[in-house]
Amino acid sequence: MTVTSDRPTPTDAPLGTPAPKRFAGLLKTRELGIVLALALLVAYTAIDNPRFLSGQSIRDNLLNTAILAVMATGQAIVVITRNIDLSVGSVLGISAFAVATMMSNNQDLPMIVALLAGLAIGAVAGLLNGVLVRYGKVPALVVTLGTLYIYRGITYSWAGGSQVNADELPGNFLTFANDSLLGIPWLVLIALVVIAAGSVMMRNYRIGRELYAIGSSPAAAELAGIKVARNLLSAFVISGALAGLAGVLYAARFGTVDAAAGNGYELNVVAAVVVGGVAVFGGSGSVWGAALGALLLTVIGSALAVLDINQFWQQAIVGALIILAICADRLVAFRIARSLRKRDAHV
Amino acid sequence: MAEANARPRLEVHDVTKSFGAVAAVQGVSFPLHPGEAHALVGENGAGKSTIVKMLAGVHRPDTGTLRVDGVDVDFAGPADAKAAGIAVIYQEPTLFPDLSVAENIAIGNQPLTRLRQIDRREMTANAERLFQRLGVPLDPSRPARGLSIADQQLVEIAKALSAEARVLIMDEPTAALSAVEVERLFAVVRSLRDEGAAIMFISHRFEEITALCERVTIMRDGKHVATELVAELSVDDMIRRMVGRDLSALFPKQDVEPGEVVLEVEGLSREGVFKDISFSVRSGEIVALAGLVGAGRSEVMQAVFGVDPYDSGTVKVHGRRLRKGLPRAAMAAGMALVPEDRRQQGLVMELSIERNVTLPRARKLARLGLLFGGAEREAALTWTQKLQTKLGRLSDAVGTLSGGNQQKVVLAKWLATGPKLLIVDEPTRGIDVGTKAEVHRLMSSLAADGLAVVMVSSELPEVLGMADRIVVLREGRIAAQLTRAEATEESVMYAAMGQEVSV
Repeated sequence: MTVTSDRPTPTDAPLGTPAPKRFAGLLKTRELGIVLALALLVAYTAIDNPRFLSGQSIRDNLLNTAILAVMATGQAIVVITRNIDLSVGSVLGISAFAVATMMSNNQDLPMIVALLAGLAIGAVAGLLNGVLVRYGKVPALVVTLGTLYIYRGITYSWAGGSQVNADELPGNFLTFANDSLLGIPWLVLIALVVIAAGSVMMRNYRIGRELYAIGSSPAAAELAGIKVARNLLSAFVISGALAGLAGVLYAARFGTVDAAAGNGYELNVVAAVVVGGVAVFGGSGSVWGAALGALLLTVIGSALAVLDINQFWQQAIVGALIILAICADRLVAFRIARSLRKRDAHV
Repeated sequence: MAEANARPRLEVHDVTKSFGAVAAVQGVSFPLHPGEAHALVGENGAGKSTIVKMLAGVHRPDTGTLRVDGVDVDFAGPADAKAAGIAVIYQEPTLFPDLSVAENIAIGNQPLTRLRQIDRREMTANAERLFQRLGVPLDPSRPARGLSIADQQLVEIAKALSAEARVLIMDEPTAALSAVEVERLFAVVRSLRDEGAAIMFISHRFEEITALCERVTIMRDGKHVATELVAELSVDDMIRRMVGRDLSALFPKQDVEPGEVVLEVEGLSREGVFKDISFSVRSGEIVALAGLVGAGRSEVMQAVFGVDPYDSGTVKVHGRRLRKGLPRAAMAAGMALVPEDRRQQGLVMELSIERNVTLPRARKLARLGLLFGGAEREAALTWTQKLQTKLGRLSDAVGTLSGGNQQKVVLAKWLATGPKLLIVDEPTRGIDVGTKAEVHRLMSSLAADGLAVVMVSSELPEVLGMADRIVVLREGRIAAQLTRAEATEESVMYAAMGQEVSV
């Protein structure tokens, strides 16, 4: 009989070696990468056509980004918790139609009421998503795909083919999109406030860090005594409320609202979040990264128009960017996993 | 004695916990005293982890009570246990890989500024203070991802310290540590103990228990066997009490003259998982892979079957080398694998019994690429009858069967493919004694018919009763190869735990 009783040779790795430092560095540069891509794109386009840097062009780009960025902020928060909210396009639609109808029926309502109404409608829709995900124990992908159709269906049956036209809306509501404060359009200002608030919440407040923790390791979050249910509901309510807010901005910007408003937006939003460096498996990424993603996607669209490249290419480029972003995530994860396996080899 | 003069910090009193029909813990009581390290030992499946989860607030005891400082407590969740001053370090550390080390320590309890924002400077300083106290040079600002298991455990301990835990529960913390790392962990734990914390320590390594603990509670099959001072027990006593039970005639392995070599594994290695594994199996033979949880038994067989990759070595079936990483090639060569986790890997719970049985052969049974009920039903009927599966109708969903009968369906599924080599991973886990005996009788008669069987099992009596030969793995290496005559409970346990054999 053979019994080998040699102790494994200790690895003797010095403890706390900063091996994964460069991974941390890499993660931090994810947002930097977007800024760089953006700068390159703008520089190239501007050389081709200097008018791309004109005040009007910049203003248009920012206005077009604002609505997407507001929604991307909410989506980033949900994706960080390892969930997804596909219903945001439909929430935008229902909120836009509801608020436009309300404003056209009550011409004297101040703008702030419209904004609050949009937030409230979205929050209710988001709460339903969150409750179904958490208490129905159904994956968010399925729940929000379902509510995507439900919310859109409600809007269609309510609108019944009718639309709210710009001439029915009160003047202060319509001019809101073009008015500015200190030269910055209200739409952009609101988007900036939302992004800043979202970033600060996720970075500096307990709820933010707990949302990261939940996405990083759901099982560990339960064991650590984090109130997972409450936090997840909050994430979905925030995402819904911001989509509702985006609905009001949409109505104000475009003036004409029908039941199809925001149809398919959810994919742009998810694309912005993923391109912006929020890991689809949760736990990492940032709100302002997602906002940068939204800006990059918008600028690509307008740059292609300026460069006179076929608009069809835009979709292909967005697709390539998404795949590139996910590849970067997987590469980092793979390298970390491999280094972990080597480091902890005890045989 | 401590029992007489000190009230225990934490008391487990007559607790019971069942999962479905399986009683994981039955009427267990023991105290944890402040300033004392208490070992909890038992075989795999004795109910130790269930006790840990009850103390952690993950499970609620069905009956019985937990007492903290003499007061009955009822934990609704892990947050309650934490609030009661109980910190748990699980076998697998539960850190958040994306957050920094300092954040991991502070999570849920971060220092706040006046604006209720997280005070990062204070948080980092806290972590630094804790690491200084523990005497470990960890950088609080680095992410937890990529930390070694040993470092992760130290972060967990720092977490417990920062929550001012008065009870520290450690579930096999040393399983993945090297000797040096274990020594450092123990130094930290000893100093905590001396500061008055109550420690509960679970380990399979007796030298660690005698080195660290004052008192030991022994569990067997979910029941409390003894709580004694470590100094009054020898290692032999502990092992005997852990495994001691009637072996009776539960495991009737027929004697079979082994035939030709069916499976030959040579020098199989996978970095960080197992190393240099060589053994062979002949037809008519049952070879058991024994060892502790985490010794790499299942991993070896998964690599042999091609589910997992391996770095070097060869696998030969009937003398022909098998390409690695191809379960389909392994199946074509006549191998069948009955996995450990029926629910996840062995059965499709929502599908009918007949569909499950014929799943691996669906292609063969199909006509023109379509499956018709007839052939499926016939094949399923033959095998479920042979295995005496108790079922209502073949069209019922597999999920409606009991655990033992589910296991039979898994066996039927693979036996229907007519394998030459059957690999079974924990064939009787979670099934009752009667069905267990049936599964054993079945395996034995299959071997008698010339099938080569590799059995991975954590249950010593099963290993000793069924196997012609036993390959004992420890920490990814072969620690011993024992014939049926050489194998005793003690010799297998000693080899699995890395002790010298005293017999």
